[in-house]
Amino acid sequence: MTSLLSYGAYLPSGRVDLAEVGATLGSGGGSASRGQRVVASFDEDSTTMGVAAARAALSVLPSAGAGAPADLYFATTSPAYLDKTNAAAIHAALGLGSRGFAGDLAGSARSGVAALRSAAALGGIAVLADVRTGQPGSADERGGGDAAAAFVFGYGDDGDGGIADIIGQASRTAEVLDRWRLPARAAADVWEERFGYEQYAPLIREAAAAALADAQLEQADHVVLVSPNSAVPRRGKSLVTGSVSTTFSPVGHAGVADAGVALAAVLDHAEPGQTILVLSAADGCDALVLRTTDELANRRQPVAVEAQLKAGTHVPYPSYLTWRGWLQREPPRRPEPDRPAAPPSARAGDWKFSFTGSACTACGFVHLPPARVCHQCGAVDQMAPVRRAGTVGTVATFTVDRLAYSPAPPLVDAVINFDGGGRYALEVADADPDQLAVGSRVELVFRRLFTAGGVHNYFWKAKVI
Amino acid sequence: MASHGISDRVAIIGMGCTPFGEHWGRSAEDLLIDAAGECLAPFPELDVDAYWLGTLASGQSGLTLSKALNTGYKPVTRVENYCASGSESFRNACYAVASGAYDVVMATGVEKLKDSGFSGLLRGDPPGDGTASELSMTAPAAFSMLDPAYCARYGVDPAAMRAAMTHVAWKNHVNGARNPKAQFRAEVPKDKIESAPKVAGRLGVFDCSGVSDGAAAALIVRAEDAPRYTGRPVYVKALSLVAGPARGALDPEYDYTTFPEVVRSVDEAYAQAGVTDPRRQISLAEVHDCFTPTELVLMEDMGFSDRGQAWKDILAGDFERGGRLPVNPDGGLKSFGHPVGASGLRMLYEAWLQFRGEAGARQLDGPKLALTHNLGGRPGSCVSFVSLVGRERG
Repeated sequence: MTSLLSYGAYLPSGRVDLAEVGATLGSGGGSASRGQRVVASFDEDSTTMGVAAARAALSVLPSAGAGAPADLYFATTSPAYLDKTNAAAIHAALGLGSRGFAGDLAGSARSGVAALRSAAALGGIAVLADVRTGQPGSADERGGGDAAAAFVFGYGDDGDGGIADIIGQASRTAEVLDRWRLPARAAADVWEERFGYEQYAPLIREAAAAALADAQLEQADHVVLVSPNSAVPRRGKSLVTGSVSTTFSPVGHAGVADAGVALAAVLDHAEPGQTILVLSAADGCDALVLRTTDELANRRQPVAVEAQLKAGTHVPYPSYLTWRGWLQREPPRRPEPDRPAAPPSARAGDWKFSFTGSACTACGFVHLPPARVCHQCGAVDQMAPVRRAGTVGTVATFTVDRLAYSPAPPLVDAVINFDGGGRYALEVADADPDQLAVGSRVELVFRRLFTAGGVHNYFWKAKVI
Repeated sequence: MASHGISDRVAIIGMGCTPFGEHWGRSAEDLLIDAAGECLAPFPELDVDAYWLGTLASGQSGLTLSKALNTGYKPVTRVENYCASGSESFRNACYAVASGAYDVVMATGVEKLKDSGFSGLLRGDPPGDGTASELSMTAPAAFSMLDPAYCARYGVDPAAMRAAMTHVAWKNHVNGARNPKAQFRAEVPKDKIESAPKVAGRLGVFDCSGVSDGAAAALIVRAEDAPRYTGRPVYVKALSLVAGPARGALDPEYDYTTFPEVVRSVDEAYAQAGVTDPRRQISLAEVHDCFTPTELVLMEDMGFSDRGQAWKDILAGDFERGGRLPVNPDGGLKSFGHPVGASGLRMLYEAWLQFRGEAGARQLDGPKLALTHNLGGRPGSCVSFVSLVGRERG
């Protein structure tokens, strides 16, 4: 059996104020209009958020060598593409080259558990990401959240185990019409939630008991319980509790990412040697018991879930409705961009997806994108790849472009000088022009620039640190 | 690098230029017919041996011209070099005459920008990977980056920089108001320029060149033949073109306060024409004022101002029609308008009129040497053309 080597969660920075939702739709008041909803930006989708979570998880591991995990299991209920493997884009963005396997497990919340079980059993990276959409004014809109989580499983380096081991698991399955969605629809249907709760309650008790027995435990220190049925977290403490903590979805129902983000939040503060029971009730119930190791304290994700949750920035509700396609607004008076073409994208694969340029082996000059002829010394075909996706840079100059085509104008562009060499002009992600200055420090994030002709144009943007 | 130039070997004997503006009722072909017609009007029997056509996107191949003008079975070459396409048409036509291959050639340029339904320039890029910065960043955005970079480099108060940019727009509108062929023929108060809706960075609508339709044309012969056609030919003193390696786009050392391509092309042109003191020797300059900060930076790249000083010289009125070196006396791209493929020839048209004393309300006093400068691309990645033309041979 593998160990959990590292983990990472990603919460997009957008926050819709639920009071504004109520005020906009004329349905305000009551407990439903308090709080905030975590929302992915216009340039994020399950693929880009999956990349962000996986980068966080991989960032605490020693730099990837030949033995590093390269198999990837991507789960989502909101795939950016069908027929085309979204996991392959994530795999490329992580700079994993052509090594290993990458597959999608798409469709239901349970796909997330499938990814975790696959990666745990075989080694590899489980990436769980979802953009959850509800119709304007719906409970799903209010009570959902967009998020991603990633877990790296493997055997670790010699004598260097993981941060947690799986010590028990159990599953129960039921055919139940609690939440469903026809493939072409953006928002789900749900049955009366009390019906689903009554179906799930015994399955949760059974799965929890069986997993704890498998782990030879009476009770876990921490319990996390998630479900697409909103009554389950509300009444969950009557079903099962942990001796130290019992928690539910940190951001509301986040589809496949729900269990992952909840587990990440526990790993953010769990002590070494503690046990965690993860329960996900979706068309049955899956239970997983982990025991943390001494290594956990050294390899927690860079930014805890709680801190990410607090760090959001306000998104006006009309913007959110526009991003999700519920509100059609006047587009900029510019032609829509052309779709990226397949052969140039394939030739530029390492550049486009993993931001890999070239450095001249004769003089060291860095070229973004990669070049064959050195612009410093003229050497031809004497280049070594240099990946800048993880490199910090500085804003040389920037502008706010009010004329450019963008799904969310105005577009902010900055010329970035990278530490260690290289320059490129990039769009700025989650941009607040007032927070941007010549000299601002930025990191790169993987985003979807636009979608044209049915093709998503994935590339990197700069984000102010 | 060997570059010998063709100083005083060819001359312009005729020119034509349509009014620039929104020609809803005229096609690119109509505009070419009008410009070529004006050019040929004094020479009803003239046999033109070959033609060049500069256009960014208003037609493909020499057929765009040969069909429209019914030029018969002649060589017609279509050239494209971004916004310098009109200058490129002229440059290649001049070389064809200088080589001895032809006796009489015509250089034309045209652009029909107002048929697209969109503001600004459209791009016609080949299929790509979707990562090029130019795909998302518009031209005004790219040139707006000059402004904060210049302020930072020289410690210029942004308010003073804004005033200098405003002065450029104001001056070019004052000039354009005296040009019956200009797209915008009204002076614009400075407060209106500064309060205009923002397009990119600090650039407002009045900091941007006019989006327009238009065409221009020139007839070129060997210099020694020119007096047979006209008593007042215009002699070509220098032609230089630089397509840079686009190094600024990838070199962290490039700081967006200069165009290295312009510096190289200007130096080359000065050498060809024997210009050693441009501030004294040049009577007028038509420069590529696509956006107001561009004209400011160009003053330094051409040696008209010291580094870091152009903003002061502009505010002092140095480049107004009555100043020490009139720049864009015809209104420039700003006010005359910028039908891309026609603009380089339009600049020469102003030199043509000024040398012949036909510039009307904006006539300068006895100009002898004119510079035209045409830029294509954007800071860090561009082509630059410079010509010097004179009233006298030798």
